Amino acid sequence: MVADLITMDDLTNEQINTLLNNAEKLLPAAKGDEYLPLLEGKLLGNMFFEPSTRTRMSFETAMKRLGGNVVNLGALASSSVTKGETLFDTMKMVDGYCDVAVLRHPRQGAAQYAADACAIPILNGGDGAGHHPTQTLLDLFTIRQAHGRLDLNVVMVGDLRYGRTVHSLSHALARFGANLTFIAPPTLSMPEEIIQDLEEGGANITVSEDLISNLQTADVIYMTRIQKERFPDEDEYQKVAGIYKLARNDLRDVKESMILMHPLPRVDEIHPNVDDTPHAAYFDQAFNGVVARMALLCHLFDVAIPGGE
Amino acid sequence: MGEMRRVTAICNGSVIDHIPAGTALKVLRMLRISGHRANPVSLVMNVPSGKFGAKDIIKVEDRELTQEELDRLSIIAPHASVAIIRNYSVAEKREVDIQKELVNVAKCTYSNCITHGNREPQPHRMTIISSDPLQLRCHYCGRPQDMDAIIDNLL
Repeated sequence: MVADLITMDDLTNEQINTLLNNAEKLLPAAKGDEYLPLLEGKLLGNMFFEPSTRTRMSFETAMKRLGGNVVNLGALASSSVTKGETLFDTMKMVDGYCDVAVLRHPRQGAAQYAADACAIPILNGGDGAGHHPTQTLLDLFTIRQAHGRLDLNVVMVGDLRYGRTVHSLSHALARFGANLTFIAPPTLSMPEEIIQDLEEGGANITVSEDLISNLQTADVIYMTRIQKERFPDEDEYQKVAGIYKLARNDLRDVKESMILMHPLPRVDEIHPNVDDTPHAAYFDQAFNGVVARMALLCHLFDVAIPGGE
Repeated sequence: MGEMRRVTAICNGSVIDHIPAGTALKVLRMLRISGHRANPVSLVMNVPSGKFGAKDIIKVEDRELTQEELDRLSIIAPHASVAIIRNYSVAEKREVDIQKELVNVAKCTYSNCITHGNREPQPHRMTIISSDPLQLRCHYCGRPQDMDAIIDNLL
């Protein structure tokens, strides 16, 4: 059983495989084709100190599809956070109210900080430019669904410096033997300590600034948004905004099986004319957030899934 | 003329030796020893050292530094030693013992770490990745610490 999920280091490869297999079994329940009240009586606290659409909603959907319930922190403006309440005090309260909590926070390290304060399991729903491990579970599920395996050529593009999704995903994929290519302008390159950690783990890494020359060999292209909100000033953002874009024409020579992923929201990284190509995987990916989080919640509460592991 | 004794022997207290040359004032700050205290403090800087070329020495009268206080010095003076003096004789000797973790010694050097949040009450925790050279990572945000900048973040 997982106590907290702060980074992908909190899960073994075996546990990840089990979660992905169980997620597969939960697809009918995630789609609403069957009702599976495995978590009846359980309450999840959605603690979002930063905007979120998919993570917050998919956790809520996952919990409700399994018969559980959810309480939300709600808008920050209407909470005691605006009165100067510390994260510690806020999380102590949730610790008493809920059985599990998801935390998203603009400051890095917030999830570990909350986990140290709480007895209930804390799931990191994104901490500043740190990690986003539950996104990684749905990303791995999406990749495995398309390719049947994870030891692939994966190209990550865009804001690799502040992008928490790629930090968590690269750690996990490296453990499953993927070849990783990081494409970013120098100001947004993958943090040195992450590359160091990955290389110490034996990962095969290529670093480049050029997207187009790396398209043909890719099995997965993982685009990310340049996150305006993480830049200290507007000028720095404008220098790199819109630097990597893909449209249908750019995908002429890619592998037939290549999937294009994006954690969303997108701005202009992927043109809408890609949406109806067989490469576009980002909307399926967003749906997979429900099923991956359902599998994780069942795992947390040690609940057996019918037909699962 | 023989070597002149720079600072007289103390009757009771602590002598901190093998402090890297030029860092004695920071060591005083880390030990929270300020000029406002009543105990006399003597300090010599940049004296020749067989081991390190040059070193600083601090003598604090009528105060016995604990091992815990000494361990706080691992960030800037990992080779420091303390002699506890009682009645002009060395009663005990202690050396910095680098632990797995430093608690409430310094604040994370990453400005967006949760520990920089307003009034957050949990301790500042640094995990020691390597002891020589000293490399630290913040327990919360996981960022490697800038070992030059961390001097300004000492608590």
